[in-house]
Amino acid sequence: MSWLPQSVSGRIYASLLLILAPAPFFFEWINQPFYLDLLSRALILAIAAISLNLILGFGGMVSLGHAAYIGIGAYCVGIPSYYDYYNGWLHLGLALSVSASFALLTGAISLRTKGVYFIMITMAFSQMVFFILLSLEEYGADDGLVIYSRSEFPAWLSMDSSTSLYYWIFGLLLLSLFFIHRLVNARFGRVIVGSKFNEQRMQALGFNTYRYRLVCYVISAMICALAGMLLGNFAGFISPDMISWARSGELIFMVIIGGVGSFFGPLVGTIAFVLLEEFLSLITVYWHLIFGLMLIALVLFGKGGIHGWLSLLDRRGGGHG
Amino acid sequence: MYFKLIRTAIIASAIAVTGAAQADSVKIGFITTLTTPAAVIGEDMKNSVELAMEHIGGKMGPLDVELIMEDDGFKPDVGKQKTDKLVKQDDVDFVVGYIWSHVLLASAKSVLDADKFLISANAGPSQIAGKRCHKNFFSSSWQNDQTPMAMGEHLNQKGVKSLYVMAPNYAAGKDMVRGVESTFTGKVLGKDMTKWGADAQLDFSAELAKAKASGAEALFVFYPGKAGGAFIKQYQQAGLQGTMDLYTVFTVDSIALPKLQAGGLSGVLGSKNTQQWSPDILNAANQRFVGDYLKKHGKYPSFYGAQSYDAIMLINSAIQKVNGNLNDKDALRAALMEADFDSVRGKYSYGNNHMPIQNFYLREVVEDDQGRWTTKIVSTVLTNHQDPYAKDCKM
Amino acid sequence: MDWSLLITQLLNGLQLGLLLFLLASGLTLIFGIMDFINLSHGSFYMIGAYFCGSVVAKSGSFLAGIIFGLAGMFAIGALVEWFIARKLYRADHLDHVLVTFGLILVFDTLVHLIWGAAGMAIPLPDALNGQITLGSLVFPVYRLLIIFSGLIVAAILFILVTRTRLGMLIRAGASNRTMVEALGININRLFLIVFALGAAMAGLAGMLIAPITEASIGMGNDIIIVAFVVVIVGGIGSVKGAFYAALILGLIDTMSRSYLDALLKLAMPVTYAETAAPALSAMLIYILMAAVLAFRPQGLFPPAGMK
Repeated sequence: MSWLPQSVSGRIYASLLLILAPAPFFFEWINQPFYLDLLSRALILAIAAISLNLILGFGGMVSLGHAAYIGIGAYCVGIPSYYDYYNGWLHLGLALSVSASFALLTGAISLRTKGVYFIMITMAFSQMVFFILLSLEEYGADDGLVIYSRSEFPAWLSMDSSTSLYYWIFGLLLLSLFFIHRLVNARFGRVIVGSKFNEQRMQALGFNTYRYRLVCYVISAMICALAGMLLGNFAGFISPDMISWARSGELIFMVIIGGVGSFFGPLVGTIAFVLLEEFLSLITVYWHLIFGLMLIALVLFGKGGIHGWLSLLDRRGGGHG
Repeated sequence: MYFKLIRTAIIASAIAVTGAAQADSVKIGFITTLTTPAAVIGEDMKNSVELAMEHIGGKMGPLDVELIMEDDGFKPDVGKQKTDKLVKQDDVDFVVGYIWSHVLLASAKSVLDADKFLISANAGPSQIAGKRCHKNFFSSSWQNDQTPMAMGEHLNQKGVKSLYVMAPNYAAGKDMVRGVESTFTGKVLGKDMTKWGADAQLDFSAELAKAKASGAEALFVFYPGKAGGAFIKQYQQAGLQGTMDLYTVFTVDSIALPKLQAGGLSGVLGSKNTQQWSPDILNAANQRFVGDYLKKHGKYPSFYGAQSYDAIMLINSAIQKVNGNLNDKDALRAALMEADFDSVRGKYSYGNNHMPIQNFYLREVVEDDQGRWTTKIVSTVLTNHQDPYAKDCKM
Repeated sequence: MDWSLLITQLLNGLQLGLLLFLLASGLTLIFGIMDFINLSHGSFYMIGAYFCGSVVAKSGSFLAGIIFGLAGMFAIGALVEWFIARKLYRADHLDHVLVTFGLILVFDTLVHLIWGAAGMAIPLPDALNGQITLGSLVFPVYRLLIIFSGLIVAAILFILVTRTRLGMLIRAGASNRTMVEALGININRLFLIVFALGAAMAGLAGMLIAPITEASIGMGNDIIIVAFVVVIVGGIGSVKGAFYAALILGLIDTMSRSYLDALLKLAMPVTYAETAAPALSAMLIYILMAAVLAFRPQGLFPPAGMK
């Protein structure tokens, strides 16, 4: 059965998705609605991490400003709702088009730079979005906006209950995973990955690598804005804080914890990150200490993130990845 | 059969983890700030709540009290997440606390939609006092505008003609500015709203220079918590003392004073501020609260603490009235509405929007008999004052 | 035009700029020579303030606080270099970001555990709490002291970098690391000294600002981003660039905080202008950085010899 994942890690990821699919019913069954919230939040952030991984992991473009797109997506729900426009298609369309335009504009400038300069310029642009939102008195400025009702879709697509919202999240998560998988394995992806390692070679082969990267950057931003649109609906509250540089940093950590440049790494990384944050903070207010030490240990000793460890199983287990 | 067993086992283990669901107890979730520099306020509130729990012997009427503290990290979104956790996972009966207006505004919906009681022990944003008032929301503090309104009155009485205003740029800061502007009859010559939050602006050099250049007679500021001490210090260093009198709300309090005293900033002695409470208010409840707090922690409690203490006592009085029956929400609400308990500020009542109708005093910073800096009431500025948003509340 | 206000604000801008320079000079050297992104440089700023505050509380002398604080920060910097940074010089920039973010969390929590959440006020001698009056100009003595000491440290650093053997190695390291290694220089020791020196200067900045704003947890996490902007605008590895860029940013920030709201009020309703002005003035420096990166990515004053 060739469609079954062959490697041990692949099977683990497949079973993870199978476990995630019925989660709302499970949590309802054991009467723990809060855990569904936690999982919904984790999966929303996972979509954002997956989108970041497309440019960071596959394209080698380290962006320290990706949270800006979460913010854009969320404000594309919040601002129309503020004027009582609750149409979900409007929110969705705005999130995709605003993020794409902003990514096209800033990406065109940012992608002229490389390496650490790219990190800094993406951070600069996201800080600009942060301060623009901070300056908008009408939309709450620093206080943020409460969204009193979720985006409205036709009944079969409604996101009003926490279960249906979860399936929105889960569905978009699967879609983004699938889409990125197809993209990376297509010629487009080979150019992107190829120019990460040897840009001159790709250029010599006649590819306009700048344009490929720009398209890749825009796609990543749009997926991330989807996560933002979901987050706005899920949290019912948005604020400029969603865009601060520390949030962008957290997205990078989710990707790294999971494993850079693997399809499922960002998903497991994000789940691990959110759960750790939640449960460590239950134990002590000093949980940042433990969390910080874990981050340091991860870099010094734990190469390759969770995906890296799981891949070790592949070699021992004899599967072919 | 199998499934039932597994389910019971999972629920049991979940309960073991979260400590959920005990009969004959009331669950109170308390949200405040326990990390970031603002944790100094949160600790004062926590100390006061714990003192209140000792004073009531851990019981409210027939019910044992289960208290769950959560940290909002000084951020609206974190505060909301923690509120969701209290409501959904811990299934508390009351959510209490909230230092910051923007955190309360972000979190209120989660509590009220779940038909729980929300009691603010500090934040009093205009929105919740007015259009977004709710039958299950009560305040044990004040509406934001009231304290600066009292200060505006005092400025008028003193004959101050022109004012420069500074406040942090968030929900409460805006209310405070609106409050003082609504009663002050002189001219406001300039205004600065500075960045707030975990990364708040603390260096006010440019703003103080502007204030001085404006030529205003007096300076009105609202800088709660740690920013207060930093502001007073820079005000003195800039040489404004004597040329431009300083009037504050929620800035010079029991949290800032010990540090100002350690820093030797004696210029603050004699300065005036307005508040609904002071450690020297003479009533049995307040003397017990302040006395025991001083004994236990070696310093004066702040108004944050007094209001938190009152919040617990308010809930206690209501639960005693309904004899521990938490299911009858209407009776419980009516009991809360009576505010029939010995508040440390003295007796107060609730308006239609469930904000206190109460007195506001002018306080002066003085040295107590042991050389500690504290505040003392000079006069009553507003008597039985109701906030201006009550009329917008359709309740 | 109110000239005394303008001069006061220029001095305020200068003071902010020099503080930024103290932070950014170490950052740019560590960045330029070791190619190491140190987000936790802001933690040195915070710890310096706490060290100084503790010594002042014990001894009552601000000068003693500064001296012991500097020594303590040099040691902390050396320890971080020895145990953590050294292992990562050849690693990816991503690893630097992750580790140093972890360090920020660790340092912030340790400070919370050791000194509590309340923050720490540092009392000044009475002489420093006063003001200097020149006609209608009144300026706090202490802020002048910050300007003065910032300029002295900058001068010492310039002499160190341009006139000494250590400085020669540092400059060589910033522009061509492999060459220095090839010359058989003990590169480990050089790195250790540069890192510790950077930590001490960041600590000094924290010690100087703490008597104004108090020492508090996380005080460095915001300003470190601005310090990075200084480094980028000035040119990575360039002390001279960091100096000019820090002054430019300090002045932009202070000037826009002073005059932008008046300008905006001409164009929009007053309440909106009051909210927009501080946010937009904070945004200006990022616009500057993006412009520099887009048109002159090597920075305004790149170190000599760097490609």
